[in-house]
Amino acid sequence: MKVSYYPGCSLHATGKEYDLSVKAVSKALDIELQEVDDWSCCGASSAHMTNYKLSVALPARNIIAAEKDKKDVMVPCAACFNRFKMAQHHMREDEVLKKEVEDMVGGTFSDSVAIRNPIDILYNDVGIDTLSGKVKKKLTGLKPVAYYGCLLLRPPEVCEFENYENPYMLDKIMAGLGAEPRNWSCKTDCCGGSLTLGKTEVVVRLVDKLMTMAREAGANCLVTACPVCFANLDTRASENVRLPAFYFTEIIALALGLEGPDSWFKIHNVDPRPLLKSLSLL
Amino acid sequence: MSTFLEDVNEKIGGVPIQACYHCRKCTAGCPLAFAMEYNPNKVIKMIQMGMKDKVLNSSTIWLCASCETCVTRCPNNVDIARMMDVLRETAIEEKIEPKEKNIRKFHEAFLASIKSGGRINEPMMIVNYKLKSGDYFSDMAMGMNMFMKGKIKLFSPRTKDMKSVRQIFKSTSK
Repeated sequence: MKVSYYPGCSLHATGKEYDLSVKAVSKALDIELQEVDDWSCCGASSAHMTNYKLSVALPARNIIAAEKDKKDVMVPCAACFNRFKMAQHHMREDEVLKKEVEDMVGGTFSDSVAIRNPIDILYNDVGIDTLSGKVKKKLTGLKPVAYYGCLLLRPPEVCEFENYENPYMLDKIMAGLGAEPRNWSCKTDCCGGSLTLGKTEVVVRLVDKLMTMAREAGANCLVTACPVCFANLDTRASENVRLPAFYFTEIIALALGLEGPDSWFKIHNVDPRPLLKSLSLL
Repeated sequence: MSTFLEDVNEKIGGVPIQACYHCRKCTAGCPLAFAMEYNPNKVIKMIQMGMKDKVLNSSTIWLCASCETCVTRCPNNVDIARMMDVLRETAIEEKIEPKEKNIRKFHEAFLASIKSGGRINEPMMIVNYKLKSGDYFSDMAMGMNMFMKGKIKLFSPRTKDMKSVRQIFKSTSK
């Protein structure tokens, strides 16, 4: 299958292992990625927290650019995904706003492409059976908790993700790779997101709670699909509770025996290699 | 003259906040309530009572992380997350000094980075934030570590058609 690809700013910087692993996994699963032409930032939380119209216009510029290619748009970053879905939602609901945004951006919003995150594409289009069939190294002993966070799921009528209070797609993907995902009650809790610089102590408290709950559930790592969550899990947890975190695509690449995982794990702040070596997965 | 409640409702543009029957489900699920000056439910009540100054000067509006748990669970579909956006936007328009200065400064640095290059340049954005906030030294070791690992680069590709990005900022500036 062919999809448009919107990496967003994080995937070109602090989330670069997410970008690299999405590309590696897509290639292995015959998903061809075509980067959205001359994309710009979606505005993330800072735009919608301070300026409503800006928060619609910034993603709209990219949606309109992607519409030219007439393909589903894969948006791996949960924050970008949320802003894209929100912009589509607001432009559908508000004709006046839509016109205003179109004038600003200099294009027409035709509402003709689906905004999709890679969890949805892998689960629904590729399918667990196909994925499992390609596993070269079963991830026996890896006990992740799937951490979905906020931005893929809420608000549910906008994000259209399955089962927004107790999602399972990521858990099933992990199980399909031979890992042993643990059930826990913090799948959709908040990590504090963009407060990480302006109010660090609050984020530390939230992340420490996540780590503690993951440990109570018997997990030895956390798996996420959001670069904001990943950065907070990987850098803000206190030493006495922290566990390694992974982008879910890194774990898939590891199980499929693809090139790259070792070089991605090296750039994590909490080094996951000792855990993986102890399980003979690296 | 319109009341504060009417102004907020108009800007939210959805279910009026009087629909709230104060079940406090929003507050029970709010991950940031512990750190807030007034919890989300109290803010709704305060708006209904016209306590504009207290609401716009509170830390609450800056500490909301927009996780959207409140609106997802509200039995009456009150869009509390959007309400927080509206309150923040109003506080900025009325030039109210925010109680959580650094959170506001982070947003300013973030948007300034988009305005100058179309995409976020993380080191420049963080340096800008540090200069604005005066919080020079926290995270210094981690920043260096990320730089050494090639996670943050001094130069990153920009959007080519910057004219269109600037136009968006120009048209939406207040």
